[in-house]
Amino acid sequence: MGYLSLVVLLPLAALISSSRADGAASFWHQATRPEAVSALKLTLGVAAVCALINAVAGTAIAWVLVRDRFPGKGAVDAVIDLPFALPTIVAGLTLLALYGPGGPFGIDVAFTRLGLLVALLFVTLPFVVRAVQPVLLELDTEMEEAAASLGAGSLAIFRRIVFPNLLPAILSGVALAFARAVGEFGAVVLISGNIPFKTEVSSVYIFGQLQSGNERGAAAVSVVLLAISLGVLLLIGAFRRWRTRHDV
Amino acid sequence: MRVIWIALLGVALLAGSATGASKGGSINLVAYSTPKDAYGKVISAFQKTQAGSGVDVSQSYGASGDQARAVAAGQPADVVALSLDPDVSLLVQKNLVPKNWAANSHRGIVSDSVVVFVVRDGNPKKIKGWGDLVKSGIQVITPNPFTSGGARWNVMAAYGAQRRAGKTDKQAIAFLYKLFKHVPVQPDSARAALQIFSQGKGDVLITYENEAIYANKKGIHTDYRVPKATLLIETPAALTKSGMGKPAAKAFYKYLWSSTAQKAFADQGYRPVVKNVASGYHFYKPPGLFTISSSKYGLNGWVKVNKRFFHPEKGIMAAIERSIGQ
Repeated sequence: MGYLSLVVLLPLAALISSSRADGAASFWHQATRPEAVSALKLTLGVAAVCALINAVAGTAIAWVLVRDRFPGKGAVDAVIDLPFALPTIVAGLTLLALYGPGGPFGIDVAFTRLGLLVALLFVTLPFVVRAVQPVLLELDTEMEEAAASLGAGSLAIFRRIVFPNLLPAILSGVALAFARAVGEFGAVVLISGNIPFKTEVSSVYIFGQLQSGNERGAAAVSVVLLAISLGVLLLIGAFRRWRTRHDV
Repeated sequence: MRVIWIALLGVALLAGSATGASKGGSINLVAYSTPKDAYGKVISAFQKTQAGSGVDVSQSYGASGDQARAVAAGQPADVVALSLDPDVSLLVQKNLVPKNWAANSHRGIVSDSVVVFVVRDGNPKKIKGWGDLVKSGIQVITPNPFTSGGARWNVMAAYGAQRRAGKTDKQAIAFLYKLFKHVPVQPDSARAALQIFSQGKGDVLITYENEAIYANKKGIHTDYRVPKATLLIETPAALTKSGMGKPAAKAFYKYLWSSTAQKAFADQGYRPVVKNVASGYHFYKPPGLFTISSSKYGLNGWVKVNKRFFHPEKGIMAAIERSIGQ
């Protein structure tokens, strides 16, 4: 607990106190400036979409990695974690080179909200995969075989047996991916156009406020962002516990 | 591939480096990132002089505003080299740099540059002056002036050039509104802007002459034009109070204006401020060059400019940013 206070709680408390240093009215004013609210909406929206796509794609990738056999599987498995190892600013740059105006595939999504999503999908890919993979490995195939012997189709087996077992893991992966997407800076700063009301996300907005000497404004928006993220994470956690108690 | 190398270089520039102490004493240089190569040369030349022999120079490079804030928060610094005057002013406010830091023969300015237009090879859109930037269909790349302190030079160059052309304050501001309608991307820094431009986005990039020269050196095929009316960029260096107590730091600070150091800056694309060095280089002097303190064009120095144009809420640029997004 002491360790947790030192590395997490204390910095968060300092942030909250600095955001409130000029009183509640100033905090509210800073947090509800139209640019700030628009950046916040965009950030949460894109993070939510990103988390949902990850839920589906991440589970599918984990499934293939655990259940299928193919040459080079070990290599693919290792590649999954690369987005974590790459400095995110380099990730942003690489994505810009690939999916930007001069890209080799003729796809240009740079400086749009779609580009933002692509960058976030890249950096959050490992979360759901790595959360689901161990559960899938542990999952006893006997249950599935029993269901099949009783005449269940593969869709029914997935829906009634595999999916309920995986859901808690998927949810924790989704929660991590969402939180990371909300706070991401390096990967998005190059590929998003940083135009207020269009492509400026909260992390870039906060950076701008800091660079312009408006530390209170930066802290206020950070606190709102943290509060909303905490709310979402608590909700996902509560849903997970509810499922575990009632279903499995 | 070229792009990736530039990126890696950028990352390397962001990372600070430090070395241990040695017998000649040690000094801490905290600087913004673009002149890193020049300072590397200056330091090794300085260490060959009598005053600099055996002196360890620990160097830290990063974005100018970040560096100033780091020093304000306690990062040891004997000499600071920043990209614009307000970053030094922050340290004066914190009582880390003496008020009269600019009281030398060069007003504390180590190198100059000018605001220029980087255009595509052969200048297919025939961009010469500020008026060409707001012609229909022209896309302009310039960094966001709230995330990049240096981008403020670009904005004030645009404003000042209008005033020099005889426009009123109101008309010059209207020009800024019009100009930013042509900006599809506002990268967070000058280097990121160059990156994005070299990727093929935009018809013209507003940046500093030294960045344009850097781009040419890195093999990014671009051309640059110095508009007839443009802003003189002056980059300051200051001796901090802790540096004043160290003879080696004082000697190093003075050495920044030596011909060796000035040549190193010039080789990096900066305009030297020492006359006899400058005469050895051929930098184009536009007829309408003005400075940030030129009251004739309504600029009146950084303090006033920052308050009027770049206040994060009430500034003219804040209003312009709101207008383009909505």
